[in-house]
Amino acid sequence: MTLVLELDGVQQVYGTGEAAVHALRGIDLAVEAGDYVAIMGPSGSGKSTLMNLLGCLDIASHGTYSLAGHDVSALTENELATVRNREIGFIFQSFNLIARMSALANVELPLVYGGVGRGERRKRALEALDSVGLAARAGHEPQELSGGQQQRVAIARALVTNPTLVLADEPTGNLDNESTDDILGLFDVLAAQGKTIVIITHEDHVAERARRVITISDGLIVDDRVNARAVHA
Amino acid sequence: MSVFEILVSAFRGVTANKLRSILTLLGVMIGVASVILPLAVGNGSAQEVKNAISGLGASTITVRAGGMGGGGGGESTAASTNKVITREVADQLAAADLGHVASVTPQVSTSLTVSSTDVSSDSVSIIGTTTGYFDVGTTGVGTGEAFTDAEVASSAKVAVIGQTLATTLFPGASALGEAIAIDGTPFTVVGVLENQSSTGITDANSVVIAPITRIQKSFTGFGAVSNLSVEAIDSDSVDAAEGEIEIMLNQLLGQTDDDESYSISNQSSLLETQEESADSFTVLLGVVAAISLLVGGIGVTNVMLVSVTERTKEIGIRKALGATRGAILGQFLAEAATLTLLGGVLGVAAALVGANYEIYGTKPVVLDYSIPLALGVSVAIGVFFGVYPAARAAAMRPIQALRAV
Repeated sequence: MTLVLELDGVQQVYGTGEAAVHALRGIDLAVEAGDYVAIMGPSGSGKSTLMNLLGCLDIASHGTYSLAGHDVSALTENELATVRNREIGFIFQSFNLIARMSALANVELPLVYGGVGRGERRKRALEALDSVGLAARAGHEPQELSGGQQQRVAIARALVTNPTLVLADEPTGNLDNESTDDILGLFDVLAAQGKTIVIITHEDHVAERARRVITISDGLIVDDRVNARAVHA
Repeated sequence: MSVFEILVSAFRGVTANKLRSILTLLGVMIGVASVILPLAVGNGSAQEVKNAISGLGASTITVRAGGMGGGGGGESTAASTNKVITREVADQLAAADLGHVASVTPQVSTSLTVSSTDVSSDSVSIIGTTTGYFDVGTTGVGTGEAFTDAEVASSAKVAVIGQTLATTLFPGASALGEAIAIDGTPFTVVGVLENQSSTGITDANSVVIAPITRIQKSFTGFGAVSNLSVEAIDSDSVDAAEGEIEIMLNQLLGQTDDDESYSISNQSSLLETQEESADSFTVLLGVVAAISLLVGGIGVTNVMLVSVTERTKEIGIRKALGATRGAILGQFLAEAATLTLLGGVLGVAAALVGANYEIYGTKPVVLDYSIPLALGVSVAIGVFFGVYPAARAAAMRPIQALRAV
């Protein structure tokens, strides 16, 4: 199978000398296309740092990172922006929709930066909103939507570019139980469609839905197991 | 993203915080209006000067006895008698048949009490001259007639008087044919002047014009004349005529350029001076306006810095979604330029409204080029003063920006 992610000896060090903080101390990780991976760990374990690296928001101090077969460890800021635009769909804990812009405009935004023409953009954004069941709310602004609805708009935005990797950072952290089930159900559907999903969480019931659960602690992978229940689900 | 979409999104950004945007664009608006309006006032006054030049008779040259600044008074300030411009010198000048000179009209002037049987008026300007006076410039006789060459030759006691004087001396009645006394000497009124526009503090309509011979004989004596009105053949020949007069006068008076006992000027050069001073006033106002635009621009920088800080999170999100530095830079520059362009449009509108009113007695005339220029300058100000905040936004690192609340 094709590898979507491949991390080799990745270290992340902040600061220098005595004050240096080793957030990641050597991560080796390979994720295959179509896999559904949960990365777990307590606060301070380095999972946010890992998420920033996986999302090409930051580059590692040491080691290499290949995304969809391309080494992205030494790209410039603008090249990383292009990689984020084309290869990665972000889903954040706090939804991160832009205020005073309609749901449709929010979903269109990655396509705007990708240079997609106006008509094509509108069509694809509406399809993405439809796929999360929010086509009827296309004209609403974020503050007019519930938390669960906002997160579904954010998922539509993450999917609209048809990215190599869907990267979710505590996607249910700000949601009530009902909305959490709703969103996790949506992830199950995406996984079944063959999307590669990496979800970062500290909640067991979220990790339970993934096929593979990786636990990191103190900057190292301490556990990497196949979740039998999810695989058979 | 098309230019239209960029502008629409920039407009949305500007309207996101209406009060703040309005206060900021107010600065630009005032700056733009205070550039356009003084230019319009300067232009309006220049046009008035141009009209005044054509009205005053652009081909008239005035030679005043005495050096620069000496004029109007009856007594000559010339150093020695052989350098005084007399009636005879004026006649010789007229007889010299200079190429660009059409006529030479001598004038003596003084100020005396004029009375009718009932009323008397003090300090009336008395001008003694020849018939040529009525052909020079715009002085015309309204009712009655001017005195004749024969009357000048015979020192006749006849006078043409101004309208104000006529109504003062003969309220509710015609002055024509009536007798007036100038400092006790009786004269007959043969004509009343047309209404004259007053250019100085004196009332041009309170005047007596009489044959030069009679005024000299009765009041001023046969010495120097006060001034000569020289008419050039046309307004383009004024400078040439002025040169000819100067050479001929120096020859007649036996003096050189350096010790001239008279000053020579023409209406258009006087008005040009006036126009120049109006221009320098416009430039001064323009500098003040430019400073207010600068202040407005600094306001733009300030408000854009606040906006960038407030929207740090949004910048982080946009970067996470793949916005390059250039895209973020462009977004904030477009917002700053939209803000100042709106200010510019309102400033132009305010200036156009203001141009409908008279300002310091001048009707402003808005220069055609000043409107596109002002709008262009407003956009340029937005871009210039928006560069620093926009560059700060563009330089933000995505992870730090995303962490913002």
